[in-house]
This record gives sequence, C-alpha cells and structure tokens, in this order.
Amino acid sequence: MTKLFLIGIKDLKLMFRDRAALTFMLLAPFLLTIAMGFVTGRFSGGSTGISDIPVIIVNLDKKDLGNELENLFFSEDLSDLMEPTASDSPETARQLIESDQASAAIIIPDGFTESIIPAEGTMLDQTTQPEAVQIEVYTNPSSPTSAGIVKAIVDEFVSRVEEGRMSGMTSIVGLMQSGLVNPQNAESEAQSLFQNVGETESTAITLTKNTEGADAVDFDLLSYFAPGIALMFLMYTVSYGGRSILAERSGGTLPRLMISPTQTFQVLGGKVLGIFFMGVAQVGILILASTILFQVNWGNPIGITVLILAAVFGATGWGMLITAFARTPAQVATTGTVIMLIFSILGGSFISIENFPPLMQTLSKITPIAWGLDGFTTLALGGTLKNLTEPISALLIMGAVLFGVAVVIFNRNGLVQK
Amino acid sequence: MPNILEVKDLAKSYSDFNAVKGITFDIKEGEIFSLLGPNGAGKTTTISMLSTLYTPTSGDATIGGHSISKDPMAVKQVIGVVPQDLALYEDLTAKENLIFWGQMYGLSGKALNARVDEVLEQIGLVDKANNRVKTYSGGMKRRVNIGVGLLHKPRLLFMDEPTVGIDPQSRRAILDTVKDLNKQGMTVLYTTHYMEEAAELSNRVGIIDHGELIALGTQDELTKQVGQTDTLILHVDENEDPQALAESLKGEPDILEATATEHEVSIITPQAENILASVVSKANERGIKIRSIDIREPNLEAVFLHLTGRALRD
Repeated sequence: MTKLFLIGIKDLKLMFRDRAALTFMLLAPFLLTIAMGFVTGRFSGGSTGISDIPVIIVNLDKKDLGNELENLFFSEDLSDLMEPTASDSPETARQLIESDQASAAIIIPDGFTESIIPAEGTMLDQTTQPEAVQIEVYTNPSSPTSAGIVKAIVDEFVSRVEEGRMSGMTSIVGLMQSGLVNPQNAESEAQSLFQNVGETESTAITLTKNTEGADAVDFDLLSYFAPGIALMFLMYTVSYGGRSILAERSGGTLPRLMISPTQTFQVLGGKVLGIFFMGVAQVGILILASTILFQVNWGNPIGITVLILAAVFGATGWGMLITAFARTPAQVATTGTVIMLIFSILGGSFISIENFPPLMQTLSKITPIAWGLDGFTTLALGGTLKNLTEPISALLIMGAVLFGVAVVIFNRNGLVQK
Repeated sequence: MPNILEVKDLAKSYSDFNAVKGITFDIKEGEIFSLLGPNGAGKTTTISMLSTLYTPTSGDATIGGHSISKDPMAVKQVIGVVPQDLALYEDLTAKENLIFWGQMYGLSGKALNARVDEVLEQIGLVDKANNRVKTYSGGMKRRVNIGVGLLHKPRLLFMDEPTVGIDPQSRRAILDTVKDLNKQGMTVLYTTHYMEEAAELSNRVGIIDHGELIALGTQDELTKQVGQTDTLILHVDENEDPQALAESLKGEPDILEATATEHEVSIITPQAENILASVVSKANERGIKIRSIDIREPNLEAVFLHLTGRALRD
C-alpha cells in the first residue's frame, strides 16, 4: 500500500509542476466560472436562480401533519422557490406531471398523521398500532433538479417528524419505567407529548432552520455553474492522468517501475490513485477559490467532501477506460478532450439538463457531471449528505464498473509490451 | 567463481518475428560480460526478459538461483537495470528521482537518504542534485539513469547501451563508473554495439546477431577465430560510393572480405601492408578519393565481420 501511495503522490507532485496542465486544470475553469458569472449577471446583482418550481400538493390526510406539510409549501419562506397548487386527486396530479406541467407532485395519503400520532386509546397498544403510510413524491424525470429540491424538502420534513415520534415514544416509556408516569396516565401524557412534537415540528420544519435563512434557499446560479465547470475540467484532469500512464509507458518509467520489486497492482493502483489525487486537488481548489472569491454557497461541507470524492472516483473510471483503449498519450488527449466536451454538454455544465429532451436526459446519466451536478445542486439548496444517496451511489458504481472494465483491458493488453 | 546468471535456450518470438532465438550463456559472479551486436540484434529483448519485463516464449534463466519465469520478484531484488532509454521523471530533481526509485526498491528513512547521497557522489551530481532533470545535459541525465540502477546495491547490474548519444567526456565517465562498480564487486551485463567499449570493459563477450549468440568467449578466444588478420579501413569522401569500391575489391589477392558502410570500406586481409598499394590504385582507377586509411590488428569488429560478413554498424 505504501508504494501505491508513493506513486500517487509522485504523480500529484508532477501535476503541480506542469504549468500547461495547471493552466488547463485550474486557471481555465476559474476564468470560465468568472465569465459565466458575468454572463448570468451574478456579479452585477442580477438574480437568475431556480425559482417558482411548479409542485402539486395532494393532501388526502387533512390532519395535523399533512396540513403542516401542505402549509410548508405554501409558506412565505418558500414563496420564491415554489409555485404550489393544491389538488384533491392523485390521478390528476400524476397526469399533470406526465404532461410536463409540474416538476413534482406530493401525495400525502389518508391516515398519514395517525400513522405518526396514533388515535386516542391506541397509543400504547402495540397490536393496534397503525401501519406506517408513506408520502409519495411523484417526480417529473424531465426536471430532475427541481424535482430533487421538492424531494429534499419532503425528506427533511419526514425525517424531522420521525425523529419527533421516536423521541416521544422513548420519553413515555422512560417515564413509565421510572414510575414518574403511571400506566393509567401514560395515554394522556403521550397524546400531549405527540401534540407538542407536532407543534414543535410545525415550527421546526422550515427551510429557514435547515438552510440558515430564507436567502440561502435562493438558488445562486454560480452554485450550479461553478461545479458544472469544475466537473467539466475534472474530465480533462482524469484524461491527463490517464495520459500519464501511457506517457510513462513510452517514456520508459513504467517499464522501470515494472522491473522494480513492485507488483503490477501497486503500479496500476498507484497511477489510479494519482489521477484520483489530481481530481480531488483540482475540484477542491476550485471550490475553495470560488467560496473565498465569489462567496459561492456550496452547502454542507461533509456532503461536499463526500460528493467530491465520489465524483472524482466516477470520473477516474472514465479516465481509466479511455486510457485502456488508447495506444498513445496523444490518443488519450484527443479522446479525453472530445469526451470532456460531450459530457459537459450532456451532463449539464452549461445548460441545465432539465431543458433537454428525455432521451438526452437519460443519456446524461452516463456522465459523472450530471450526477455530480445533481448532488452539488442538492447541497447548494440546503441538502445534506443523506440527500445524496442516489448521486453518490451512481458515481461510485460508475467508477467501480469502469475501473473493472479498464483493468480487464489492461490485463488483456499488458501494462507494457510482453 | 559461481555463476550469478545462467541462461538456457532463452527465446522470444512475436507473431511473425523471432527476436531472440534460443540463446544460452552464463555469467560468473564478479565478471563484466558484454553482449555485442548491431542495432536490432536482440540485446534489449534479452535484457528485458532477464529483468522480468518480458515473458520468454521458451527457455529460462536463473539469476542468483531464482528463475526469471517462476520467481520474478526474487530476481528483481538481485538485479539493477539501467535501460537504454532514459527512464526518469524530468520534472523531478535528480535527488527526488533517486528518492522515489529508492522507495520503489524498498528503501526508506535514513538508509534511503544515506544511499541517495552516496549515489549522487558516485555519479558526480552532488552540486546539481536539486535541479530538475530536464535542465541537465544528455550526459548528466545518463548518469542519473545509471544512479537509479545502483540505489539498492544490486548484485547483478544490467546496462543496456548506456553510452548511446552522449558526448565523449560523459562516455568516458560512464565507462570508468562501470569499471569502478566492478572493482567494488558488482557483476555487470553490458550491452553495446561499440566494439571499443566491449573490448575495454569485458572479461568475456557474447556476440549477438539476428537474435542468435554467434560467438562467446574472451577477446583473445574470439579474435583467434578470425586468425591473424588485419583490418584495413578506407575513409572516403562523403560524395563517393564506398559500396562500388568494396565490390571491386572482393576476390582480389590477399583480400578475405571487403564491406562498405556509409563512408568507409573495411577490408580483412592477412597482411595490410601487402595490399595497400593495390587498394589505393583500385580506388584511383574508379576515381574514388580516399581521405585516410587505418590499419587495425585483429579485434572484435573483425570477428563480427568474419562471422556475419557485415560491419557492426551496418
């Protein structure tokens, strides 16, 4: 493992000494981000963020929690971001989504509140506990970002309600066990606690609390373009890293590594790690710079860190695949540049994929840029790591599959001529 | 001395080309053994197989008792390799290169630093140790290339044409380094197409051509194969045709072989003085201007010419 890291660190060091590469990896995306900032009016005070997301609320519950969720979407806090419409029919709501007239429909089922706050007389009776019912978020695949925002808000609401329910149950059982509440009074105490939970959540479930103020919810367009451009140039970086494998092969250092008492997996793994380090360094620096210089709000730092690692892993898989098929460093450079451009358009670096036809939206899923942007957008809108399950999983699977294919090809062709 | 290297029927074939055709030889501990042959003879392929980079098509070799096919990792610990082409990171300094490659050979900490300093001393680059390799002259880069091969004090050092394309001063320094290393007990397998280098350095020489080992022995043993012959070398003007002169000399009395290279005609003869006049006369007849004439006593060049009918630099 030590050699693996040493090879990776060596590659990182070489990258930082390659002025041409640094220009392309750091300066170019930085300048492009500035340009996009001016074009979109971000630096001149204009506000062109995502807003007025059309969402249909179908509240079949009509009780405390269902009403709370409905009210949340109609609240002042979300008035800029959401354009909610109430409906009584799930079918109508779904049809509106399918006809592309809304980004998402939230269907709150009948009995939702009772599944969380049981009816009087059934509170402590395990046999009569109602089955948990779930809120359905019916999303429009042609508006993944907007739908993702709606889903993130609902997830947050459900999460807080669930936390409140669990803590309420735990408190009552604890009070009964300690003798502070006798079983006869437990029912009324529990009802009171759950009501409080509902009330507490009513005020707690707001985006204000989640994103530190309503302003944070306003989507900063640079929070979209900055990662879009960073991810685009990440594709360049991974192809640069892949190119270094073939450059080392033709330059003689790769055969020299293979002659040293170093295992093939250490050499290949070290090179992959080098690409990974380069990608993380590049995206990390760009994020840091845009945070400091442009005050871009990237969102939850833990989520950002994990997302960067996953996005770089996914992109590294592509870098390895391109390298495995190529025979010369020049081929990697050419192919890498073409793929960078195609992926950046397809992945939504410049134009949100929500504006693409369905086929292109589906195709965009093969790019780490689309998944990465999905995650960065979610974070910029106040999401946290738990909202990133889908993009992170997709990126990790993408990286693992592509890396596996690349290894098979490398094994078949040999890292050096055999 | 025991054999440190034993090669048995080692061969390497590609789809339509036999690069090495079943060669057999051994090297004793403490020797300098040269593989002498023209470009494309199979020297680098042989070194690549012995250093476990290429898998032999057939045959095997043992180095320090370890089979290159069955136990390559053990072989890698015994050998050091100085490849023909520079294999360095030009954006790293000489010191950084040596540290990195030392780490790849399992060195670390104080032992690594001490060894890097020793090697820098040995290759004469202490003062320039912290300059990036890309700023070095060709000769300096060659020295770093050699230094990398020495870091882990290998018992057997493979040097694949280490003096190609460098100035005479650096070449001299490299040859002296090889001799010094050998004096310190290191066994060296040296490949070259320069007869003079093989002659100066080697205890024994193997002559390789078209993937076959065509002669093997000490210099004396090899030169005896061509008998007591001289080599007469005519240097002609650049615009002359040495090939035509060589053809006209073939079959003349006392001329055993006559071959042409770019601006030279090499003639093997039992006594150079006896044919000098007739050769000059022949050149005059054809209007070929001779710039200078060398007479060489039996050497490895003559052996190669004798065995193959071609000059080493053909």
